[in-house]
Amino acid sequence: MAHLANADFKTRLQSWLPKLVLSPSLALVLVFVYGFIIFSVYLSFTDSRLLPSYGWVGWENYSKLWRLSHWETSLINMGIFAFLYIGICTVLGLGLAIFLDQKIRGEGVIRTIYLYPMALSFIVTGTAWKWFLDPGIGLENVMQTWGWESFEFDWIKNRDFAIYTVVLAAVWQTSGFVMAMFLAGLRGIDNEMLKAAQMDGASNWNLYRRIIIPQLRPAFLSAFVILSHLAIKTFDLVIALTGGGPGRATELPATFMYSYTFTRNQMGIGAASATIMLMTIAAIMIPYLYAELREKK
Amino acid sequence: MSVATQDTAIRTGRVMRTLIYLVLLLFVLFYMLPLYVMLVNSVKPLEEITGGGMMNLPQVFTLEPWFKAWSSAQIGVEPTGLSPYFWNSIKMVVPAVIISTVLGALNGYVLTKWRFRGDTILFGLMLFACFIPFQIVLIPMARVLGELGLAGSTWGLSLVHIVYGIGFTTLYFRNYYAVFPTELIRAAQIDGAGFFQIFWRILLPSSGPIAVVSIIWQFTNIWNDFLFGASFAGANNQPMTVALNNLVQASHGVKEYNVHFAGAILAALPTLLVYIVAGRYFVRGLMAGSVKG
Amino acid sequence: MRSYLKTTAIALALTTAAGSAQADAHGGVEVLHWWTSGGEAAALNVLKEDLEGQGIGWTDMPVAGGGGEQAMTVLRARVTAGNAPTAVQGLGFDIIDWAKQGSLADLNAVAAAEGWDDVIPAALQQFAKVDGKWVSAPVNVHSTNWVWANKAVLEANGIAEPTSWEEFTAALEKLKAAGVTPIAHGGQAWQDATVFDGVAMSVLGPDGYKAAFIDLDEEVLGGGAMKEAFDRMAVIRDNVDENFSGRDWNLATAMVINGEAGFQMMGDWAKGEFLNAGKVPGQDFLCFRFPGTAEQVTFNADQFMMFDQGGSVSDEQAALATAILSPSFQSAFNVVKGSVPARTDVSDAAFDDCGKKGMADLAAAASSGNLFGSMAHGHANPASVKNAIYDVVTAHFNGEYDSETAVAELVDAVSIAK
Repeated sequence: MAHLANADFKTRLQSWLPKLVLSPSLALVLVFVYGFIIFSVYLSFTDSRLLPSYGWVGWENYSKLWRLSHWETSLINMGIFAFLYIGICTVLGLGLAIFLDQKIRGEGVIRTIYLYPMALSFIVTGTAWKWFLDPGIGLENVMQTWGWESFEFDWIKNRDFAIYTVVLAAVWQTSGFVMAMFLAGLRGIDNEMLKAAQMDGASNWNLYRRIIIPQLRPAFLSAFVILSHLAIKTFDLVIALTGGGPGRATELPATFMYSYTFTRNQMGIGAASATIMLMTIAAIMIPYLYAELREKK
Repeated sequence: MSVATQDTAIRTGRVMRTLIYLVLLLFVLFYMLPLYVMLVNSVKPLEEITGGGMMNLPQVFTLEPWFKAWSSAQIGVEPTGLSPYFWNSIKMVVPAVIISTVLGALNGYVLTKWRFRGDTILFGLMLFACFIPFQIVLIPMARVLGELGLAGSTWGLSLVHIVYGIGFTTLYFRNYYAVFPTELIRAAQIDGAGFFQIFWRILLPSSGPIAVVSIIWQFTNIWNDFLFGASFAGANNQPMTVALNNLVQASHGVKEYNVHFAGAILAALPTLLVYIVAGRYFVRGLMAGSVKG
Repeated sequence: MRSYLKTTAIALALTTAAGSAQADAHGGVEVLHWWTSGGEAAALNVLKEDLEGQGIGWTDMPVAGGGGEQAMTVLRARVTAGNAPTAVQGLGFDIIDWAKQGSLADLNAVAAAEGWDDVIPAALQQFAKVDGKWVSAPVNVHSTNWVWANKAVLEANGIAEPTSWEEFTAALEKLKAAGVTPIAHGGQAWQDATVFDGVAMSVLGPDGYKAAFIDLDEEVLGGGAMKEAFDRMAVIRDNVDENFSGRDWNLATAMVINGEAGFQMMGDWAKGEFLNAGKVPGQDFLCFRFPGTAEQVTFNADQFMMFDQGGSVSDEQAALATAILSPSFQSAFNVVKGSVPARTDVSDAAFDDCGKKGMADLAAAASSGNLFGSMAHGHANPASVKNAIYDVVTAHFNGEYDSETAVAELVDAVSIAK
């Protein structure tokens, strides 16, 4: 009798165990992510300045936010940055992966070199880039001392072009990682199918265009998730490279939010900008996640 | 290492191959450039740097900046160099990486092999959590850590990194286990193996590649984090990035760029090492799992 | 909910090695600051040794970056967690904000015993004494309306120390004609604003400066004199090199030291760079007030706020505050830092010519009512307003606005930030 009850308990435990194992993670995410998001949205309707405070002010923070011209600048920059960064990283990553997939000598070394920038923090690589881009001591200067007198490269000092230097450094950091994802995808493709197509006389170009690249769809999607997550969180890079300048020309929503919340003591406006950012992310990511996850059922 | 040298069916001509090598080498230069700038300038005396010519090789070679960055540079009131902070980082990173990877593995296991109603939504919730901007969680997180009595402790900092890493580790393991044959699990179940037994005996032994991906990803992100480290560490457990920041950002006085660069490379050594040692398994891990839907 | 969280966290942490940092503060002081460069840290070490001589331990919590911005973020996390450091380096309105939150300890007993009310200038007391309560201990007084000049470059071009805007622009013309960069400048918002401090003071005069930046009077902020100030900023913009954007201030100072540039407008911390390069004040380089502001001093002061550790001010905090305001520390620290002592009764014997001049200027300005908080360094208005002014000044300096637009934007930006 006792034995039976014990067995019954065991089966029930077995059926509950998976959910039990999942629950700590879920609890952590619910509290530390969704709880905090709700808190932050709530703060955006309050008069919080130095620290959270709970006086309700309605939409005031939002109306102030939209009157700030460099909030607009930061949104436009985000658009430019995300489009170019995700686009260039994807194209470059795919291109390099295809090239590296041609039985290249020293592939291991080359791959490591392409990947290593991910390992470095921008606190100081930012300085190295800043020097390199500085017309006075960097590339422009070097080219000119090497005899190319008319060479000009002063984007970082030009408020219309500075955002592109941020793109450049960001691409440097992550395109190797994207390359690795595509390389992995390429290695997973069935060779038999390619050989069959080759028999039929398909050119390399057509092989890639018609057969290989369409099969990389999952890799494209993973790359998109990783890259958009990094694009949204781009913060250290801007601080180290341009400090948001010249003027406020390279301000991004993440730097905007940080500066309003923590250095300008206008936590309410900072929270309002965070809310808008989160809603934008949700608007892009939820349809994507929905499509991705539903398909696999 | 069958993966790294796997045959491809694509054949290319001689001219094309030369071109490919050229392009690949060009990008080797592009990726190496900042590291070159940092390395070259970390072994020059300061006068040589301020004299200009950041691309030039050193005229006088010195390792002094490296020793200084490691053991005698001014970080706070005392000239301790980066060395004490190195261990603080290790103590924080190792548990955070291990725990978040284990949790990710378990979650991935449950979400693919023990499916239940609504599991996809739960996974979606975890995945969306990856996108939360860290700046907005600082204040509420500080409050919670204070309530838990973990403020200023290494464990508190590890907890923060675990929480915001779970989304990624779960994603990696879920995608990896998704393609793992479910029949094996069912067979083991019929043989009477329990939840943990199946995980331990069947899934774990073949989880190497994806564990590498998860560990590399978590290690890199946590090691390089500055914002959480600065905000949630106490005086005795500030991580390496905070110390590096103190070294580099000192607002007054002579900026010792050579020491800064040496310090930066020192601070990055563990992550570089992880990439070099585990890099070959990295692509294999990505191949085996995370890029397949 | 809370207990559930607790168990989760503890299960995760696997052990309860928690709260170690809280324990450290007992029997000592934990000091959050951003003075990590060699000279500053060495000066702070004097304080540390002083306390250790009294048997008080010093737990160091340095967080550099952004002139203290990073440290202020950390402070907010620490206070929210209920784990405030004992003493925190603070500036201007930040101190007032924290005092109004009720986070700071009452130092009145120490202040009375040490007679702070008599030796610290009233303009500075505004930022150390909130609602009749001393809450922080001032370390120094910096002033921002300085011009630094390379003497040899000026002499080679027949330029005397300019005392008016007209003389100054004439000097700039000469330098430009001689192929020297007239003004060394780093294009970062706070540096643009530092220059603006001096320019605005010279155009608006002390009353106008006070009305605009301290009282935030919209008529003055949007007035004709303000437009004139922006016009002068444009003149300065025309006299910096084209590579100025994003440059650190000390690299700009190096340009003056090396003779590549004639002038730099920067606070007195720039002096340390000259001294480090082995230059002698009056002989190799000159220090003088921005033309047209000879009488005035725009200041900012580093202080240590004492955080309430539960009720009354602790013995350790009292000892730290006393040590900070002791004349010997005030002298030793400020000789290194380039600033002048926060108390007016410290001997100037140990200071160089520029330091002596700074001390004399401060005393004179304090007694004639010409001592004003620096807008650029958070001593004229709260952080939100300060940064709103930064936005406009830096946008104008980088050519985004003309002077007329800048004036209109200034009024608007300040009203949003108020």
